[in-house]
Amino acid sequence: MDTLTSPNAISPKPHLTIQPTAGWQAINLRELWQFRDLLTTLAQRDVKLRYRQTALGVIWVVLQPLIAAGIFSFVFGKLAKLPALPGVPYFVFTYAGLLLWNAFSSTLGKTSGCLLANSNLVSKVYFPRLALPLSTVFSTLIDFGVAFMLMIVMMIAYHVVPGAAVLLLPFWLLLAMMLALGIGLYASALVVSYRDVQFVLPVVTNFVMYGSPIFYLVPAKYKLLFGFNPLTGLLEGFRWSLLGGPAPAWSIVAYAAAFAVIVFVLGAFSFKKMERKFADVI
Amino acid sequence: MSSNVLSAPEIAAGVFSDTVSHDVAVSVRGLAKSYSIAKNAVQHSTVGEALMHKMRNPFAKVERDTFWALSDISFDIQKGDVVGIIGRNGAGKSTLLKILSRITEPTKGRIDLYGRVGSLLEVGTGFHPELTGRENIFLNGAILGMQKSEIARQFDAIVDFSGTEQFLDTPVKRYSSGMYVRLAFAVAAHLNPEILIVDEVLAVGDAEFQRKCMGKMQDVADTGRTVLLVSHNMAAIHNLCGKCLYLRSGTVACYADTDKSLELYAASSSGNTGGTIASRTDRNGTGEVRCLNLGLLDAARQPIESIQSGQKFYVEVTFESRVPVPDLMMSIDVDTANGSRVTTLYSGFHNKSFDVGQGVGKALCLVDGLNLRPDDYKLNINLVGNRGHYDFIEGAMTLSVAETDVFQSGQIPERGHGPLLAHYKWMSE
Repeated sequence: MDTLTSPNAISPKPHLTIQPTAGWQAINLRELWQFRDLLTTLAQRDVKLRYRQTALGVIWVVLQPLIAAGIFSFVFGKLAKLPALPGVPYFVFTYAGLLLWNAFSSTLGKTSGCLLANSNLVSKVYFPRLALPLSTVFSTLIDFGVAFMLMIVMMIAYHVVPGAAVLLLPFWLLLAMMLALGIGLYASALVVSYRDVQFVLPVVTNFVMYGSPIFYLVPAKYKLLFGFNPLTGLLEGFRWSLLGGPAPAWSIVAYAAAFAVIVFVLGAFSFKKMERKFADVI
Repeated sequence: MSSNVLSAPEIAAGVFSDTVSHDVAVSVRGLAKSYSIAKNAVQHSTVGEALMHKMRNPFAKVERDTFWALSDISFDIQKGDVVGIIGRNGAGKSTLLKILSRITEPTKGRIDLYGRVGSLLEVGTGFHPELTGRENIFLNGAILGMQKSEIARQFDAIVDFSGTEQFLDTPVKRYSSGMYVRLAFAVAAHLNPEILIVDEVLAVGDAEFQRKCMGKMQDVADTGRTVLLVSHNMAAIHNLCGKCLYLRSGTVACYADTDKSLELYAASSSGNTGGTIASRTDRNGTGEVRCLNLGLLDAARQPIESIQSGQKFYVEVTFESRVPVPDLMMSIDVDTANGSRVTTLYSGFHNKSFDVGQGVGKALCLVDGLNLRPDDYKLNINLVGNRGHYDFIEGAMTLSVAETDVFQSGQIPERGHGPLLAHYKWMSE
């Protein structure tokens, strides 16, 4: 690359050719790698900005899931008296589910809105557009990391000892993020033309939250129905890794994994396909 | 290239060979870009109205028209050339720059770029008000395509150029607008691409800073890099650019030396005289108030075709307002044929604004003591208010200053003597 970019080089081959493209395109990973500094800078910007001019600052990262887990365990555990995993306090059980769910929903929320939020960049500079949604992953991971520390503290306090399955923890997280990114990429590209998506998405996300086994265990008679939701396998797997209990059915896990990977690949390619219209429409 | 001037038909006929010599930096062939625009789309001012319309005609398809912003553009730019891109609003200048900088894709055609491209379509793209100057330098640099190490290496030079050293750790939202622009341009100025694409950035900042920017652009050009510059500032184009690409409604009207192109551009833009303004489409603004006509009246308010140097005259502005505007201000720029500004007749300078109701109205501007050298001048009309820019038309009409014996000596000054005539007299001591 360097020989081509040096100003003195006589390059009989063009450095770059611009031509109309059509249909599905390959994703240029090398170019994405060249723009890695942009990726990290954008990620830094998001992290820096989020808690600037807040009094409690980074404490919010812990406070938000704590409050949510408190409310949900009160409603579902105390009022509705739903069962948790044996030997695990309802609060810890809910908090574990929320950890993964928050990683999923925050990835989805941030990626789906990122093009619109950065429309000035999209219409004024060139960069691989994928850098925008991908850069949002960093701040979600930081949130997850901080919230996870608290999880460890709680596990120690309540004497919850995970088994060897804890090694699979990154696997569940990765799959949940891929699933969220896949949907988010597609949604973000769609939002450019149809702002309706940004109103529909939160409603659907909320609906999915209550339809996923985050605050409760999958009721035995609806096992098949819940199995269709890829988050079921991921949540059960995540909780199994962290808190022990019965391992999830492998069929459900395999289905969820395949689902997440396919959605991710489809999302990335359809984003790539729609990206050439972004600057014209946004 | 053997000949400096290529007319559009020659280009279309393929005078360019397909093989390109090695000192070409940019080669553009048959470039075209179309947009589809909604036809007969009903504009709704409230959500309720839009909803009612949608419910009444749920399946009404929006008819779409194809609009060619650029059609069949071909040209070559040699390495080290500084090329100005000129043309009216809507001629396709910005579209061309957007395609060259890969923000949007062409519909047809091909561009070969022989070198790393850096484009600067806006000063301070991605600047975030909450971030400090230091943070914004890194952010903006990364957005413009610089590596982190590259920015770090140039950091001191950037800070130095911007002159904002004391405020580096202050959020830029607390910067004055001048400081903000200086910092933003400083980052961009230290981008070191082989091909630099610049849009209108010279239009910002104070005179001192503009000079600095021009100097920097000259430096870039002097180091043998290729520069493409879009500007409405004809003086800047004249000073910086060796060649000019003149675009007219999406096609190349002329690609030649700057003097030749500017002359052609000036000649074509003075073709518009009063009466056709209402139907002009090359205008910018929200359109809530539109200029319908400009006219010249003499001191007795009788219409005239041209004025004499120094004569008292009126410019009559006829406008139509779709909504009541309590604070309409008018501004008329007087430009020379090659685009240098002579003066601006701005009602705001006299704190004069117009409270206009819906409908057609007229305003008069009495001009006295405008001692212009006999020539044709271009008038731009600009209607503004606190709620925004309503209408702006470049070259709305031609102001002809009649060729008279201004010195009563039989001696006629020429363009090179400047646009202004002073009252002066030479005498021996």
